[in-house]
Amino acid sequence: MSELLELTVAEAAAKIASGEISRDEYFDAWRGAAAGDELNGYLWRAEENGAGGEGALAGIPVAVKDLFCTEGVQTTAGSRILEEHRPLYTATAVRRLGEVGAGLLGKTNMDEFAMGSSNENSAYGPVRNPWDRERVPGGSSGGSAAVVAAGLAPCAIGTDTGGSIRQPASLCGIVGLKPTYGAISRYGMIAFASSLDQCGPLTRDVTDAALLLDAMQGRDPCDSTSVGIEGGVEAPSRQDLSGLRFAVPAELAHDAIEPGVRAVFEATLKRIEELGGEIAEAPLPHAEHGISAYYVIAPAEASSNLARYDGVRYGMRVEGEGDVIEMYESTRAAGFGDEVKRRIMLGTYALSSGYYDAYYGRAQKVRTKIAEDFAAAFDSFDFVVTPTSPSVAFGLGEKTADPLAMYMNDFFTVPMSLAGIPAISIPAGLAEPEGGGPQLPVGFQIAAPAFAEQRLLDAAYALEQAIGFDARPGEGGDG
Amino acid sequence: MAELEAVIGLEIHVQLATRTKMFCGCELSFGDEPNVHTCPVCLAHPGVLPVPNEEAIRYGLKIAAALDCEMAGRSTFHRKNYFYPDNPKAYQISQYDEPLAVNGKLGGIRIHRAHLEEDAAKTIHLGESGRIHGSGASLVDFNRGGTPLVEIVTEPDLRSAAEAGAWARLLRTTVRQLEVSDVNMEEGSLRVDANVSVRPAGSETLGTKTELKNMNSFRFLEKGVEAELARQRELIAAGGTVVQETLHFHPEDGTLHPLRSKEEAHDYRYFPEPDLVPLAPTEEMLREARDSLPELPEARMLRYEDELKLSAENAAQLAADPDAAAYFEATCDSAAGVEAQVVANWVTGELAAALRQADGASPAESKVTPAALAALVAMVGEKKISHGSGKQVLAALVSEGGEPAAIVEREGLAQISDSGELEAIVAAAVESNPEAAEQIRSGNQKAIGAIVGAVMKETEGRADGGEVNRLIKEKLGV
Repeated sequence: MSELLELTVAEAAAKIASGEISRDEYFDAWRGAAAGDELNGYLWRAEENGAGGEGALAGIPVAVKDLFCTEGVQTTAGSRILEEHRPLYTATAVRRLGEVGAGLLGKTNMDEFAMGSSNENSAYGPVRNPWDRERVPGGSSGGSAAVVAAGLAPCAIGTDTGGSIRQPASLCGIVGLKPTYGAISRYGMIAFASSLDQCGPLTRDVTDAALLLDAMQGRDPCDSTSVGIEGGVEAPSRQDLSGLRFAVPAELAHDAIEPGVRAVFEATLKRIEELGGEIAEAPLPHAEHGISAYYVIAPAEASSNLARYDGVRYGMRVEGEGDVIEMYESTRAAGFGDEVKRRIMLGTYALSSGYYDAYYGRAQKVRTKIAEDFAAAFDSFDFVVTPTSPSVAFGLGEKTADPLAMYMNDFFTVPMSLAGIPAISIPAGLAEPEGGGPQLPVGFQIAAPAFAEQRLLDAAYALEQAIGFDARPGEGGDG
Repeated sequence: MAELEAVIGLEIHVQLATRTKMFCGCELSFGDEPNVHTCPVCLAHPGVLPVPNEEAIRYGLKIAAALDCEMAGRSTFHRKNYFYPDNPKAYQISQYDEPLAVNGKLGGIRIHRAHLEEDAAKTIHLGESGRIHGSGASLVDFNRGGTPLVEIVTEPDLRSAAEAGAWARLLRTTVRQLEVSDVNMEEGSLRVDANVSVRPAGSETLGTKTELKNMNSFRFLEKGVEAELARQRELIAAGGTVVQETLHFHPEDGTLHPLRSKEEAHDYRYFPEPDLVPLAPTEEMLREARDSLPELPEARMLRYEDELKLSAENAAQLAADPDAAAYFEATCDSAAGVEAQVVANWVTGELAAALRQADGASPAESKVTPAALAALVAMVGEKKISHGSGKQVLAALVSEGGEPAAIVEREGLAQISDSGELEAIVAAAVESNPEAAEQIRSGNQKAIGAIVGAVMKETEGRADGGEVNRLIKEKLGV
């Protein structure tokens, strides 16, 4: 049984295809593993064997962030306001996984409406980091990252708006890929910030990320902004990085990076050079304003996207004493958590008459500038690389009192989201947290031009092989 | 004080008669049981996304072309945010700073813009107030929610309530002919709001306007605007000032009442809809919109006046309805040598009256074919039958159809062409009406009617009135 759980998705899929292992056997093994969740990673687990039919992912169980609609299966978005919500339809990304044989293993915990970087904003309690249960797994796809890292799921999908796949992947020591905006349909993915939200895989390795991406990508008639990746992606096989140029943005080398993270980052740059890659500094002058722009644009869109949760048609309703306005107010007061309310207020303010140009309008201009910075960098470079997160996993409750400190977690991931380009985080090593303690995973982020996912996966694969990261929670940590 | 001139602009919502809604696949319906034409998208369930209806875009472009607008090569959708139970997403997807079309003209009135958007659901408020405030409960029917709309905004070019009504009718007949909407005001597929203000005649600046809503017929539109103009004129005459507000028309008594300020104090927080990409109609779509336009009422009316020399009244009457126009033109084509105005008189006069008396059918639906009417008009013109007999034949055509010649033959309505026979009848009539004859001789022309009547009675209307008159005068030597 446990041998089955050691297999990567690609390995398991090959064994299932050859008949060496059965779909049901494999799926049940994972149901058993998921049943042992002590991290609060799952909000719902499959009660029956959900192994699907034929296809590239036949029999592969997938843990799905509770932001994706699944027909008849609870979809809470980590919020009280959708506690009882059972969607009438299934998100395109989940449906596509099913079409190639994957099955739904469980729905994973998350920051409410994907707003957060620590998973402490879930209405259903925080997720614990399998490397150290007193630390956060990152967010907002913290449940998806934690269950893959802890061996409670072979793979997972999440969503990334400003880093919500890459940052938890980094903090949990797994691979997290945010594809190009438009690569995967957003239909059925509960909206946080529509112009930024993108679905992606959280996996043990780069090959599995490619497999899941290939299954989910594609234009969807239900999503006007979806494009797909022409020709899809293939399993990466590149062994070296010769002839490839990697840009390190000078402006991102800020002093908030933990020394341990910086050390792993610099060691990884050396690896790239050993593999034949070329490293140079490149200017991304506007990237440092990414956080400011992001925390205007994302809340603005969220304030509109979340206005539909009004108690009229579905979800929670709290009747007030008086008219419908009071019902709206009491429902939303009871149904939303503090961070969601904070962002709704920020966003409402940023869009209001008289402030639009100063906030939303200006933030969009910064966004354009950041996209132009990347475009200019990609004129002479193949990739832009950064640490994924300025720190390793931090302690539960450590940053909850200081939203701005929490927002800085997204410092390295937000610019790529604003530019709409693909970026991957791969585990690059372990580092001691600031203030001491057991070693924790450090992620390395690689970004590529829009729709250059194949190039990105190939380079990440070569680097992954060279790094040979094989630490597991419980070995490197105390959990 | 200078006379106060009316300044009126209209905002028109046209519901498009597409098969499905603006952003989802639900079928449009009217009068179905509530909430049967709904889906996760138009109920704004979590995770759904809008997909624009291509047919609606084509219909919108067609309307824009008919209004002689400049059609934008690129237009965008925005979100208009507000909370209300009829607005399930809590935002309406509408076009804002980049509309589908701008700068048009219809009937001499400038069109500011035309844009696409989606309709709200229908709310029914239980309780006496009939409004959301003070109602015990409200019910929402989402069947209508998401129906495609084209909003047309005119410049403030209209100068009276009557002009506003007439122009709205022209707009309706124009859009109706495009076959993109039912344009029915009672059913709400055409909704006309009016922005009304007054200013000293000759002034160039605009006065403070009020917005009038809920006028669901052309008559109510005219009544509402009339009432508001009167109110504003009185107010200003009494030294008051107009306050910008939205007024709700009450059809029961024709009065206008302000909406509570809470209901209209909105900051819509418009921003570009991130779920949709900009609309970029292809050259082919734009060309198709222009090329598919039929001759529209305004152009047809001008052609009737200029080329067919119809009276302005008849031209407007016949041009408004494409079916009536086609019938009229087919009749003209069959009635070679007859003036178009004569045909117009028959279509709008005698035929309309005969149909009203019968089953109220339209000319095109009636049993009277354009060829039959043309033959009848020609027979009267050529004095083969009298005008009166013509009306009799027309009545027969209306009830049974057929050929006028056969009816004339059957009913023996052919005019008496033998002048000897007619002279004898005239002589007998003069003899049996000596008093009238004496009056005519002494210069009272009016008395001739009695003798003409006697002749017509004797001939059962088969005599030509002009000829009878001439013979009577000849007989009496006047």
